[in-house]
Amino acid sequence: MAVGTVFMVLYLLVELAVSDSSKSSEDVRCKCICPPYRNLTGHIYNKNVSQKDCNCLHVVEPMPVPGRDVEAYCLLCECKYEERSTTTIKVTIIIYLTVVGALLVYMAFLMIVDPLIRKQDSYIQPLHNEEDTERLFCPGSLLAGGVGRMGPVGVQSPASDTRPFAPSHAQARANTVLERVEGAQQRWKRQVQEQRKTVFDRHKMLS
Amino acid sequence: SAGYDMATGSEMNGSGNLMDFLEESVPEVGMYEDFYTIDWLREKSRDTDRHRKITSRSKESLWERIKGLLDAWSGWVVMLLIGLLAGTLAGVIDLAVDWMTDLKEGVCLAGFWFSHEQCCWTSNETTFEDRDKCPQWKTWSELLVGQPEGASAYILNYLIYVLWALTFSFLGVSLVKMFAPYACGSGIPEIKTILSGFIIRGYLGKWTLLIKTVTLVLAVSSGLSLGKEGPLVHVACCCGNLFCCLFSKYSKNEGKRREVLSAAAAAGVSVAFGAPIGGVLFSLEEVSYYFPLKTLWRSFFAALVAAFTLRSINPFGNSRLVLFYVEYHTPWYMAELVPFILLGVFGGLWGTLFIRGNIAWCRKRKNTKLGRYPVLEVIAVTAITAIFAFPNQYTRQSTSELISELFNDCGALESSQLCDYINDPNMTRPVDDIPDRAAGPGVYAAIWQLALALIFKIVITIFTFGMKMPSGLFIPSMAVGAIAGRMVGIGVEQMAYHHHDWFIFRSWCRPGADCVTPGLYAMVGAAACLGGVTRMTVSLVVIMFELTGGLEYIVPLMAAAVTSKWVADAFGKVGIYEAHIHLNGYPFLDSKDEFRHRTLATDVMRPRRTEPPLSVLTQGSMTVEDVEALIKDTDYNGFPVVVTKESERLIGFVQRRDLIPAIRNARKVQDGVVSNSIVYFTEDPPPLLGNSPCPLKLWRILNLSPFTVTDHTPMETVVDIFRKLGLRQCLVTRSGRLLGILTKKDVLRHMAQMANQDPESIMFN
Repeated sequence: MAVGTVFMVLYLLVELAVSDSSKSSEDVRCKCICPPYRNLTGHIYNKNVSQKDCNCLHVVEPMPVPGRDVEAYCLLCECKYEERSTTTIKVTIIIYLTVVGALLVYMAFLMIVDPLIRKQDSYIQPLHNEEDTERLFCPGSLLAGGVGRMGPVGVQSPASDTRPFAPSHAQARANTVLERVEGAQQRWKRQVQEQRKTVFDRHKMLS
Repeated sequence: SAGYDMATGSEMNGSGNLMDFLEESVPEVGMYEDFYTIDWLREKSRDTDRHRKITSRSKESLWERIKGLLDAWSGWVVMLLIGLLAGTLAGVIDLAVDWMTDLKEGVCLAGFWFSHEQCCWTSNETTFEDRDKCPQWKTWSELLVGQPEGASAYILNYLIYVLWALTFSFLGVSLVKMFAPYACGSGIPEIKTILSGFIIRGYLGKWTLLIKTVTLVLAVSSGLSLGKEGPLVHVACCCGNLFCCLFSKYSKNEGKRREVLSAAAAAGVSVAFGAPIGGVLFSLEEVSYYFPLKTLWRSFFAALVAAFTLRSINPFGNSRLVLFYVEYHTPWYMAELVPFILLGVFGGLWGTLFIRGNIAWCRKRKNTKLGRYPVLEVIAVTAITAIFAFPNQYTRQSTSELISELFNDCGALESSQLCDYINDPNMTRPVDDIPDRAAGPGVYAAIWQLALALIFKIVITIFTFGMKMPSGLFIPSMAVGAIAGRMVGIGVEQMAYHHHDWFIFRSWCRPGADCVTPGLYAMVGAAACLGGVTRMTVSLVVIMFELTGGLEYIVPLMAAAVTSKWVADAFGKVGIYEAHIHLNGYPFLDSKDEFRHRTLATDVMRPRRTEPPLSVLTQGSMTVEDVEALIKDTDYNGFPVVVTKESERLIGFVQRRDLIPAIRNARKVQDGVVSNSIVYFTEDPPPLLGNSPCPLKLWRILNLSPFTVTDHTPMETVVDIFRKLGLRQCLVTRSGRLLGILTKKDVLRHMAQMANQDPESIMFN
């Protein structure tokens, strides 16, 4: 939630900053399209003028018809004022590619590197912290409820306590950020696995 | 019943905002579990309690009064944030889709992040005939082998197009499978179910939001026949859920949260179509279940903020919110209502065909081996789509561009194949008053290609919707309708031009006038097809009229929408979203269904005659051990409390999720509560005798006003009560004595049985 707000605020600030700065001359144009007329072919005229000057007389240069036909010719032409922001496009595409790249890297990490790390830790006995299991629910407990299965809730992950401390250290459990991050990651992985089973294996949701 | 959820909740979420970010919300004690239905009445009463507490406290001090004001304004703050984020994400999606769709064909040398149109924006080399060509834009064959034209260039372009499409869709489906399996599909059926009171944890989570946004771009860019409107509604609801966590008013109350989600859905449609009013009406008509008046105003606010945000990002470079916004004011004539109604009939027929085909295919995917290979299925469908789409220029371009081209009226300035009319060289009419002209060879070629595109799109969309990638169906339906409409429009136009002396044309179409606008027929066709599939009524017409910027075409649009809905309803009662809800067995009690059977409550209630008797708790004769055994042996969500098992007089109802923590807490905290203690559900238990153990008083968790109906209440009334009040269960009494219980699942199963559907398909509780 915090990161979503932060991302959005940052993006909007970038946009505002960019749009406030003077527009580069490339980003504004008046485009006049003139169809074939008598023996003239159709032509497209682009010019960098302001919105009030965006009409046939200012933009179509050099005028291909003599003076008395100018009005008739200009009636056929259609002029539109357009503006865009190249910086917005650039920033958005680069942010998007960064996000996709980061997701791909994380996916590669989860699929390749993570199992290797986990295999090394499997020698270490999991430690069940008594205090923690009191706060969370026991598997298969009274809360199993109507559907008859445990939701992605609170079974203490054996892999998240991976240090072989003696029981006396259990009370003074080092709550380092890394450990908590790892615990959260394990919980998230379990949730995703539950979701994957529901959607892909049991086809219970989303056909 | 308030105590437990608050206390233990704060205990568990004690530390670190980092943790709040990293983990999905762990359900707290006393909160609802996954795949359960909420109790609307309980949520409403909790909110009233909270509000009363704040109001009474606000009289104490200035700070409390400020807090009260902040609480009242929190709803508007949430709406503002939702609008901002939804608009931003929609802008990002639009820009990224624009770029990646063109990436399949070539790349811009002036900056790889430019799409084709943006690349040639500043170029002076564009001519009237070849508006797309400019030297900075190179197709892949030009880049790789240096040959812009020719057979080998064509084959190379073809190959690279297919490869890019496969890469995008493979990437998309892998991301979905790896990170957020809930991000697949459209999302609207599930959101409808969530808004009716169902809980699906993780469906509106942060990872689902991120993955849905990212993979939606990939899915649309890969050229698959799907749209982004439905997934945008899901994205907007995820944003809504995200910001609900900021205020405990919404994060702790599931009923209030759903008000926010309704408004977020409106913001989602608003940015998808650039139609704020249409978005609000869509949320009201299609997605929401309860829609109080307060939500109406707030949804409109959210939709407007989202539309403004998107406009300021300006993804399409012309301050428009949708690629296919058109603005014309040519009049239409009464006699044209006949082809419009025919288009409506086509829309209804197509809707029926699509719903039946898609549901059959999805059922096959659900039940057979096909469902075990989702990634392979996505790749196969993408390959087929790309291989068949490339040769035809109308399927090669993105569907939004196709719709835009079809909606566009042909003035003198268009040079596309569809506008290849035979022009009178001496004509000097202004741009928007070109009379009807004879069709040139380009138009006939375009009609053939469009017909092939129509058949292709009709077939492939049936297999695409519902795949394990974010997929919407608004745009493909509109494309099918637009193609059919444009073909009909060109037909009528040419008939009017060549046979203007026929009776049907004589009264309204003079030669040399601009009678028929094929673009309008395309719009009406699009509306008809969309209405036939989704069965939208008012929201569809409003969205289409907001797309065209004029009230003049309301009558043709309504005629087509109404006709298509009637024709489609004649063949099948439900739209595509309700059909998917039935297919998945979600516990959705549709407010549009009418229950006309004459069954009574006794026929549906549990326990049936063959079943064991109802599990009840007594007021003061069960021990803690008995209660725990009852809880362990059964898996019911709640138990009625009666005076004694003999008298069966009902006192109240107690929920399982309140009972378990109450007993556990009492055992831990209170002295003297042992397995032999008696559980009392009265306010004043009788005094202790001698050395009997301390009693356990559970008066506070008892609901003293459970809903009851008598056994002879007709099921029609019962269904109405469930629908209007959002009940989860209802007790059945006879002569004041408890007879049985009726849950929402029983009601849904009964309705399914009466409609000759499989009652076992209702899977959730």
